[in-house]
Amino acid sequence: MADQLARTHPLEAWLPAFAELTGAVRIDAEPFVSMAVLRAARATTGDLRIRGTALPTAPNTWAPAGDGRLIWLGPDEWLLTSPGTAPEALEEELQTLLRPVGGSAADVSAQRISLRLGGPQARQVLAKGCSIDLHPRVFTAGQSTQTALGQAAVVLLALDEDEFAVLVRSSFAGYLASWLLDASLEHADPALTS
Amino acid sequence: MQLIECPWCGPREETEFSYGGQAHVPYPEQPGELSDEQWAHYVFYRDNPKGRFAERWNHNTGCRRWFNAIRDTATYRFERVYRLDDPQPSATELAGPRRSTS
Amino acid sequence: MTSTFRTPEGGRVDRSTTVEFTFDGQTFPGHPGDTLASALLASGRHAIASSVKLGRPRGIAAAWAEDPSGLVQIEEPFPEPMLLASTVELYDGLVAHGLPGQGRLADVPDSARYDAMHVHVDVLVVGAGPAGLAAALTAARAGARVALVDEHSEAGGSLLSGTDRLDGAPAAGWVAAAVAELAAHPEVLHLQRTTAFGLYDDGFVLALQRRTDHLGGAAPRHEARQRVWRIRARQVVVATGAHERPVVFPDNDRPGIMLAGGARTFLHRYGVRVGSEAVVFTTNDSAYDAALDLHRAGVRVAAVVDARPEGSPLRAEECRAAGIPVRTGSVVAGTSGGDRITAALVAPLADGEVGRADELACDVLLVSGGWNPAVHLFSQARGRLRYDEVLGAFLPGERLDGLAVVGSAAGLLDLAGCLADGRRGASAALTALGIAPAAEVRLPTAPEPVVPAAPLVLWRVPDASGAEGSTSFVDLQRDATVADLARAAGAGLRSMEHVKRFTTIGTAHDQGKTSGVLASGITAELLGVPVQDTGTTTFRPPYTPVAFAALAGRDRGRLFDPERVTALHDWHVAAGAVFEDVGQWKRPRYYPRAGEDMAAAVLRECAAARSGVGILDGSTLGKIDVQGPDAAVLLDRMYTNLISSLKVGSVRYGVMCGVDGMVIDDGTVLRLAEDRFLLLTTTGGAAKVLDWLEEWVQTEWPELRVHLASVTEQWSTFPVVGPRSRDVVGAVFPDVDVSNEAFPFMTWRDTTLDGVPVRLARISFSGELAFEVYVNAWYAVAVWERLVEAGAPQGITPYGTETMHVLRAEKGYPIIGQDTDGTVTPHDLGMAWAVSKKKPDFVGKRSFARVENQNPLRKQLVGLLPVDRQTVLPEGSQVVDFLADGRLPPPPVPMLGHVTSSYRSAELARPFALALVKGGRARIGDTVHVPVGGTLVPVEVTSSVLVDPEGARRDG
Repeated sequence: MADQLARTHPLEAWLPAFAELTGAVRIDAEPFVSMAVLRAARATTGDLRIRGTALPTAPNTWAPAGDGRLIWLGPDEWLLTSPGTAPEALEEELQTLLRPVGGSAADVSAQRISLRLGGPQARQVLAKGCSIDLHPRVFTAGQSTQTALGQAAVVLLALDEDEFAVLVRSSFAGYLASWLLDASLEHADPALTS
Repeated sequence: MQLIECPWCGPREETEFSYGGQAHVPYPEQPGELSDEQWAHYVFYRDNPKGRFAERWNHNTGCRRWFNAIRDTATYRFERVYRLDDPQPSATELAGPRRSTS
Repeated sequence: MTSTFRTPEGGRVDRSTTVEFTFDGQTFPGHPGDTLASALLASGRHAIASSVKLGRPRGIAAAWAEDPSGLVQIEEPFPEPMLLASTVELYDGLVAHGLPGQGRLADVPDSARYDAMHVHVDVLVVGAGPAGLAAALTAARAGARVALVDEHSEAGGSLLSGTDRLDGAPAAGWVAAAVAELAAHPEVLHLQRTTAFGLYDDGFVLALQRRTDHLGGAAPRHEARQRVWRIRARQVVVATGAHERPVVFPDNDRPGIMLAGGARTFLHRYGVRVGSEAVVFTTNDSAYDAALDLHRAGVRVAAVVDARPEGSPLRAEECRAAGIPVRTGSVVAGTSGGDRITAALVAPLADGEVGRADELACDVLLVSGGWNPAVHLFSQARGRLRYDEVLGAFLPGERLDGLAVVGSAAGLLDLAGCLADGRRGASAALTALGIAPAAEVRLPTAPEPVVPAAPLVLWRVPDASGAEGSTSFVDLQRDATVADLARAAGAGLRSMEHVKRFTTIGTAHDQGKTSGVLASGITAELLGVPVQDTGTTTFRPPYTPVAFAALAGRDRGRLFDPERVTALHDWHVAAGAVFEDVGQWKRPRYYPRAGEDMAAAVLRECAAARSGVGILDGSTLGKIDVQGPDAAVLLDRMYTNLISSLKVGSVRYGVMCGVDGMVIDDGTVLRLAEDRFLLLTTTGGAAKVLDWLEEWVQTEWPELRVHLASVTEQWSTFPVVGPRSRDVVGAVFPDVDVSNEAFPFMTWRDTTLDGVPVRLARISFSGELAFEVYVNAWYAVAVWERLVEAGAPQGITPYGTETMHVLRAEKGYPIIGQDTDGTVTPHDLGMAWAVSKKKPDFVGKRSFARVENQNPLRKQLVGLLPVDRQTVLPEGSQVVDFLADGRLPPPPVPMLGHVTSSYRSAELARPFALALVKGGRARIGDTVHVPVGGTLVPVEVTSSVLVDPEGARRDG
C-alpha cells in the first residue's frame, strides 16, 4: 500500500529542535502510529483479549499489546496503538473482535500524534503544565492519565521511571511541541542556551 | 481551585470538569402530550436550593464520563459523587443537616 | 558615597565583595546580601520619594514587605515599577529611583521567562522562621512529602534579625543545621525567595518564587525569572510570623521614622546602623531590644519613650545600666525635620491627654505599637479572626481542617514557644494524615523567656497640634490620616470595608500590612465601639504584589492560546495565505496574489469557484464517527430531520436543536453502513456537538447501543468546487465514475489513491458542483497536491474562508453562531423543510409548538440588497423601518433586526447581506433602512437565496 503517496508528520518541522535537545530532557515524535478507539460494555467483553492482552479495567492504566499499547480511556473505551499495522487493517481487525460482543472500533490513527518525553528531568517538565501528581511513587510505569498539559488535552503514559508518551490531538501537536521545548529549555545542554 | 472527585479518575482540578445542572430531571416520556407550561417547566425551570443539591458533572478533560454529585451550594463542598447507575439520593439525604466545615 | 553607617562587622552581607548601584542618579556601594534599602541606609540615605498626594518626603519605614512607603522604580537591567526598596535584593548595576506612588510600566517587551510548576505534598509549611523550621523538620523526619517555602533570601526568619541563642550558640547555627538536614531529605522541597501569596480550596496554595531577580543583569536567560508554584497540600502549616505595627502620631511620616524591629533587622541582618541618634517610642517590651542593640552598635539612644505608665521595670533596668534614659507614661506627640527627622516631641500622656512636649534631637525615631500576627493565609481560607485585647491584635479564632497556624502567626511571642508550636502543628498535621511522627524531634534549647511587662494597646497619640489628625498618617502610601478616618465615621460609615474604600487605607501595594489593624482600632475609638466589632477588612490574595507576567507564565506570545492547525498548514503558509482565527484554529482566509488586497483576492477566488474550479481546506469541520445498532435511532432523536431513512452511500443535511427548539448546529450526515454514520459539524461546534450527543447517550438513553468518537483530525477534508471540479476529481481518481448519473448529488463513494483509502462525497456548501475529498490526514498534503496539480489546466484556485462565506451566503446557507444567536429556530431560518413531520419526537420538537415560536413577527433570515449597489453593510448593523410618511419613528427607534453576514458578491456584481428581520419573509420586496455611519442606507429585503435559487448548478 501507499507506495507513492507520501505521508506527512505534523511535527516534521520540530524534529531538528527535538534532536538538538541533549540535556536532561529528551523529546521525540513517534512516527506514524496506527490507533483505533475500542468501545464495548465491560459486561460483554468477558475474557476478550486484544492481541493477547486483556482490556485494562483499572482506570488510568495501560498495558503492552502486540507492537503497541492498549490504553484505558473510560469504563467502556480503550485506545489501541500499533506502529506496524495499517490504519484500516487495525480497524478491521478490531471490528471483527468487537462487533460480536456489541462493541465497535474506529480508526483514529491521524486523530492524535504520540510524543516521547524522556530523561531525568522529564517529570519536572511535565509538572510545569500538568496538575496531576507525577511523583515517581504515584505515577508509575503502567499508569496513564487523560488530563491537560499546558492548554492541550493529552493522554499521558508512564512507560518507565523517566520515560513518557504523550498523545495529543494532531491539530494541537505544534502547540504542544512548542510548549514542551519551551518548558525544557532550562534543562537543556547549557551550550545551547548560552 | 477545588478538587472534584471523578468516580473513575479520582480527584482532579475543577477546570477538568463541566457543570451539567440539576441531576435527575428526566426527559419527558411524551413531550407532545405536555401543556406549554409543563414543557416550559422541563426546559427552563430548575431547583436552586441553598444547601445540598444533586447535580450533574462531566469529566471533560479526562474520561468524558458524566456523573452525579451532591454538593452544598452554600459552601461549594462536594459531599459525595456517584455514578449514573447508582441509586438516586433520598430526599432525607438532600434535606439533611449541612456538614460542618470546621 | 561611603558606607558610613555600616557596622565594622556582623550581618549576613558578603563584605568581601562590593557592588555598585545607582539611586536617583547617585552611585552607591553595597554588598551581596544587601537589599536596596539596607545599602541606602548604610550610606545614610533614608529619603526615597515624596508622597503621592501631599508631596511630603518619605523614607524607608520597615525592613521587609510591610513597608508602606519605600517604593522604587527599577530602571536597569529592566524597567519595573512599584517595588519596595526593602525587598529588592541588591546586585551590581542596579539603577533605581524613588517613586511617588505611581510607577511606569516598561515600554519595551520583557524578555525574561516566567513559568509555573505543580507540586503535590503531604505538608506545606509556609515560613522558615523558628516555628516553620521546627514544623518542616518534624514532617520531614516522619518521611512525609514536605514543601517549605519562605519569602526571604535565606531561612531563619526572625532568628536572623536578633541576638537569639539556641543550644547555647548563635541561632544561625541551628538554622544552618536545620536547612542542611532538610536538604538531605529526598521528599522535601525547600524554596527560599518564595512567597505563598494565596491559599485556595482543598489545600491549593500559590507561591511566587523569585528565582533570578537577585542576579540582575547576570540572570541566565534560559531560566524562568519567576515561577508560580501551584502547590496542592493535604495539610498546610502557616508559620508566617508577625508584622510590627507603629503608633500613629502627628508628623509620623518623616524619613528616619521606622519600625523598631526593622531597625533591628537592618542592624543584625545587614550590618547597618539606621542612624546616629535614636529615639525609641514603644508600647511594649520588644522595642527595648532594638534600643539596647543599637546602643551596643554605637548609636546614641536619646531616650526610650514608653507609653505605659509603669513602663517595663525589668527592661528599664537594662537601659539604666546602658545609660539610656527611659521616659514612661510618655509618647511622641510630634516630630520636626524636613527630608529627615531632626527631633521628636516627647510629652507625657495621662488620661488620654497629651501634656507639654519637649524636643529630643534625633535622626531616627524607632516605633513599636505591638505585633500583628500575619493571619493572611488563614483568613483567605475563610478562617474567623478574634480580637485579643491583651495583644491588641487579631488572631486565628477557630480551627480549620487541614490548616494549622503556628508560632507568632498564632500570637506567640517567645522563641521556645514558637519552636514547640511549630512541632505541635506539624505533628497534628501528620496525625490527620495518618503518618506516624518520628520518635522524638528534639527542639533546640532556647533561653528561658523573660516574662514581658503587659503591652499597652495604643493606636494613636491624640493630636495636640491643632491639626486634628490631618498629619497623623495611618496609611503612608495613600496619604490617608486619622482626619480621613474621622471624616469616614462622620459620614456614617460603620463597616471597615466601607471605611477602607472611603479612605483608601489598605489599598496600596502593601494592602494595609501596617495600616489595616490601626484603621480598625482608630475607627473603633472614633465610634466608641469595641475593636472586635469593627473587625478587619477581608484578606484577599495576593499577599504581596505578583506581576501579571508571572501569572501568565508560559502562556504568552505564541503559547498564549493554542493555535490549532490542519495537516496542510505549511502548504497554506508557503502559498502566502492570510490566516484568520476561527476559535483556536488558524484557517486561510484568502490567498492574495501580488498587489491584491482582500477584496480583490476574494472576488478572484469566488469567480474561480463559480466559473472554474476552486479548492478549500475544510479539515477543521467537526467529524464524529457514530457506530452501533442504535446509531440511526440516536440520530433520529437528535436531528430535526429523519436520518434513519438515509440509504448507505448517501448524505443528508441535518439540523440539531436544543430542547428549547433553537438551532445549535448543522451539517451533513454520511451513512457509511447500516450501523455506522459520519457526522459533519461546524468548525466551532465540533466539541460542543460531541459533548451534546454524549450527554444524551450517557445520561438519558444508556440503553442505546451506540458509540461516538471524534474523528475531526483523523479525516482531512477538501471541497473541490466549481463547474470544472468533475474534471479535476475525475482525473485524480480515475477509478470513480464521477458522472452525475453514477455519482449523484448527496452521495458518497469510496476509492483509493495509490492504495490509500479515499472517500469522495457530492456535498456542496456553495451551490456549485462540488466533491468533498476525505483522506487520512497523514496523506493530506500528498492528496491535496495531486488535486492542485491535476487542476492546473483548469486553473484550480485555492480559496479561503472569506470566499467560502461569500459563496455560502449567496446561497443563503447560514453559519450557525454567525447568522444565529441561540434564539433562532429552523423555521426562522426558512428551513422548515429540514424539520421532520413524521417523527413522533426529537430534541427540540415540542418547543416548536410553543406559542412564542409560532409568532409571525419572529426574526427570520432574509437577504438584504443595498439599493445603492455600493455599500457593504457592516455586520451587526441594525435594521430600521420608516413610518408610512417616510420618516424615521421618534427615538427610541424600534429595531427590526440586524445584519448577520455581509459581503461583496462577484456573482451579483454588488454587495449583499443576510439579516435577521422581524417578520422578514413577509417583508420580501420592501425597502427598509440600515444606519451606516451617519446615513441611512436603503436596502431591499429579499429571499436569503440570491444565487441560483433553482439549484441548477449543483450538478455542474
